Amino acid sequence: MSIVGDPPTGHVGQAMRRKEDPRLITGRARYVDDISLPGTLWAAIVRSPEAHAKIVSIDTSAAADYPGVHAVFTGEDMSDLGGPLPCAWVPPGVEVQNPEHWPLARGTVNHVGDPVAVVLGDDRYAVVDAAEQVLVEYESLPAIVDPEKALEGGPFVHDSIGTNKVHEWSLPGGDVEAGFAEADTIVERRVVNHRIAGAPIEPRGVLADYRAGSLTLWTSTQVPHFVRLFMALLLGLSEDHVRVIAPEVGGGFGSKLQVYGEELLACWCSRKVGRPVKWIETRSENMAVSHHGRDQIAYTKMGAKSDGTITAFHVKIIADFGAYNMLLTPLIPSLGAFVMGGCYKIPNVQTDITGVFTNKCPTDAIRGAGRPEATHMLELTLDAMAHELEIDRLEIRRKNFIPKEDFPAAVATGVVYDSGDYVKTLDTLLQHVDVAAFQQEQEQLRAQGIHRGIGFCTYTEICGLAPSRVTGPAGVGVQAGLWESAMIRVHNTGAVTVYTGTSPHGQGLDTAMAQIVADKLGVDPQVVEVIHGDTATGPEGRGTYGSRSLATGGEAVARATDKVVAKAKKIVAAELEAAPEDIEVADGKFSVKGSPDKGMAMADIAGIAYIGAVPEGMEPGLEETTFYDPENFVFPFGAHACIVEVDADTGKVTVVRYVAVDDCGRAINPMLIDGQIHGGVAYGIGQALYERIHYDDEGQLVTGTFVDYALPTAAELPSFELDRTETPSPVNSLGVKGVGEAGTIAASAAVTNAVLDALRPLGVEFINMPLSPMRVWEAIAEAKGGAA
Amino acid sequence: MSSTVNVALNVNGVEHDLAVEPRLLLVHALRDQLGLTGTHVGCDTSNCGACTVHMNGEAVKSCTVLAVQADGAEVTTIEGLGTEDDLHPMQEAFWNNHGLQCGYCTPGLIMASTALLSENPNPSEDEVRHALEGNLCRCTGYHNIIKAVLDAASKSASEVSA
Repeated sequence: MSIVGDPPTGHVGQAMRRKEDPRLITGRARYVDDISLPGTLWAAIVRSPEAHAKIVSIDTSAAADYPGVHAVFTGEDMSDLGGPLPCAWVPPGVEVQNPEHWPLARGTVNHVGDPVAVVLGDDRYAVVDAAEQVLVEYESLPAIVDPEKALEGGPFVHDSIGTNKVHEWSLPGGDVEAGFAEADTIVERRVVNHRIAGAPIEPRGVLADYRAGSLTLWTSTQVPHFVRLFMALLLGLSEDHVRVIAPEVGGGFGSKLQVYGEELLACWCSRKVGRPVKWIETRSENMAVSHHGRDQIAYTKMGAKSDGTITAFHVKIIADFGAYNMLLTPLIPSLGAFVMGGCYKIPNVQTDITGVFTNKCPTDAIRGAGRPEATHMLELTLDAMAHELEIDRLEIRRKNFIPKEDFPAAVATGVVYDSGDYVKTLDTLLQHVDVAAFQQEQEQLRAQGIHRGIGFCTYTEICGLAPSRVTGPAGVGVQAGLWESAMIRVHNTGAVTVYTGTSPHGQGLDTAMAQIVADKLGVDPQVVEVIHGDTATGPEGRGTYGSRSLATGGEAVARATDKVVAKAKKIVAAELEAAPEDIEVADGKFSVKGSPDKGMAMADIAGIAYIGAVPEGMEPGLEETTFYDPENFVFPFGAHACIVEVDADTGKVTVVRYVAVDDCGRAINPMLIDGQIHGGVAYGIGQALYERIHYDDEGQLVTGTFVDYALPTAAELPSFELDRTETPSPVNSLGVKGVGEAGTIAASAAVTNAVLDALRPLGVEFINMPLSPMRVWEAIAEAKGGAA
Repeated sequence: MSSTVNVALNVNGVEHDLAVEPRLLLVHALRDQLGLTGTHVGCDTSNCGACTVHMNGEAVKSCTVLAVQADGAEVTTIEGLGTEDDLHPMQEAFWNNHGLQCGYCTPGLIMASTALLSENPNPSEDEVRHALEGNLCRCTGYHNIIKAVLDAASKSASEVSA
């Protein structure tokens, strides 16, 4: 009865081709917009063109009369909601201003794109026409755009709150003032980490189907289980009557780690009209209303001894949250605070955060979520310190690295870094980059008027989000446990289905998890199917974000598989008349140690389990579930180098070389790791050089399409040079850490430090991103002392 | 709703007569009327290239072509390029080289890449990078996409010489 051929062994560590790809490369995958239900109504949303205004009146009559239109709703129609959209961060002992945020605005609009009305109709095009017929009369209110001005006073984004300050949050470690008193030199910088868009190539989309008391929602999300919980709570439905499905999801980068108003709106509309309702976000909407990221202004202060020993690092962050707190908005800068000391042994590290409302789209998690900002602050300030002390930039890093014998290393910010070998990653980097040769070339080229620079970033980050006792209500204050679940079902034939509570959307987790399971069960990864993103198919889960899916979700899969193996061993032991502890898995067979000939394959074992011929007292079947809550975070690290060329006449920056050495623990599939680093580095280069969400002084979004918002293309980026070290994490049995955000966390600092290295001979001491030609040219002109 | 006009399209070798609104975009005719959902929409400004198909052998962005403009044309979409059992060499190359992650931009990139190689069978890395600058990918940093296209080019070159 076996459909399973002779399996190869040892899949973990192999660059196995992805199981996901056949459907994706042939156009057979199904994203939300590819799914159609009979009787579906299309939704188009009327959005505010104003940054801040009172809604005087809304006339929906012309739109309602438009041919093909079924219904038009405004915020007033939705008075039966169980509550406003959620913010799930409630830090103990910290006051957080939390204005109401509704799927359709009630009374005022607070940023461009704020939704005002929804039009439902039979045709994709007709609803867009009809939405233009909705007449909204606005009374403009003054808008506040600059977060520092917003802290000084009005106008207020929310008059009812009477301040634009959202909260204040601090993470003190050691005594920074004492550290500064010990220092020989103090360096201070104002580091601006500008606002960017998540910009997955698939915009968001929802399809809601409420029928006979049950709701099914297909949504392009990273967190289907969270979405289900809030749909149930806010619509007054029993959670078991709500099914949320994340089908194929075309990228997220944090922008789909959210409970969005449009999800709730589509579900509410479907219940109201008794038909399925579909809304597909346009790119212009995506740029205006899918949450943005970054937007932090940091005042950094570092103290060091004359030999380069860092004595203190203090950062004061003003974080622009836009108009509302979304799911995790005010938490994001705090995530960076935990690694504000980076990979350095700094006894005194403190981060003080002030959150601010402005009349802009809310910010929330975008790839890296707080850690790219923290790394940028630290690595730029450290380079400035090296320059000030006339110490080589790599030497000051080496001098302050946490030595490998210190791990697990308790650091000033209160967390314990699990493992690290920072010297090794840097040494590996330098095997690929001959710095002395570069500097010689740099001098020669400079004589020809060509300005090249090299920049470095050595980093560590905190990921694998979990453990619940630290991140949860009593700890950091997230109102959810961040464990992960897995269920392993071995079928009659020995084929295996894995249900994971994570919700991958491009990372290749199906493949990595199949490799892990295949090795443990002695089966071919091709007969291991990984199911995710559907709340009806497996246990409660938490989703994919924070580089957590392998370190938490993969470990949960490993542990559930271990339970299956333990049961299988008992079955085999009974069949072979041996002790369970003498059974091993080798060459695709469960056999008695030393007697490999008499082994049983998974198909044979499953056959016994389902026929019910199991040992007395054992339940039939072969299926196990695990909920895994790690003891600690994991801390990937690495060393990156970037070489740029700056055209001093035009300010244009070109990346000549990018070399990255990363350590994310044990490699399950090196090909997937490299892919994550490529994409992550491109994301960081994009922010450093090209991308910027820009609002004008009136709060109008200037970069609202891909014409104005410059995502890097293939023509701008180089091929990347990668290497890897493997320092296993002691936190989980797989030894793995996360890798989805690492490249992004390192890249913007490496690029910016490279540009500064190129510009220093021209007198430029500091520059903030994005390093657009205009900004670079202006910095050069200013340094020359001439008018720009 | 506006009146419709009739257009004849040959899509992936099959003739279709469609009644379409004059303003209907080719991409929506393919997706919504013919059910060929492998062609994606990623922007509204013709920047991202997720909707790239072949029209009379040339790569076009099907969000920038009206269905009526395609009247009488031969259109190939990703579904017509190859199947899981009989992959086009470019599909195979994207798979072998990990040239995709979320997969949303992938059909457009594969269509643009096959069009490139039919014009320039042996491109340099730089030529590939510039030829694909009308197709945005947010996941891969393009590294493995470029590798895939160069791999497909070298494989078809070695087949020709063999």
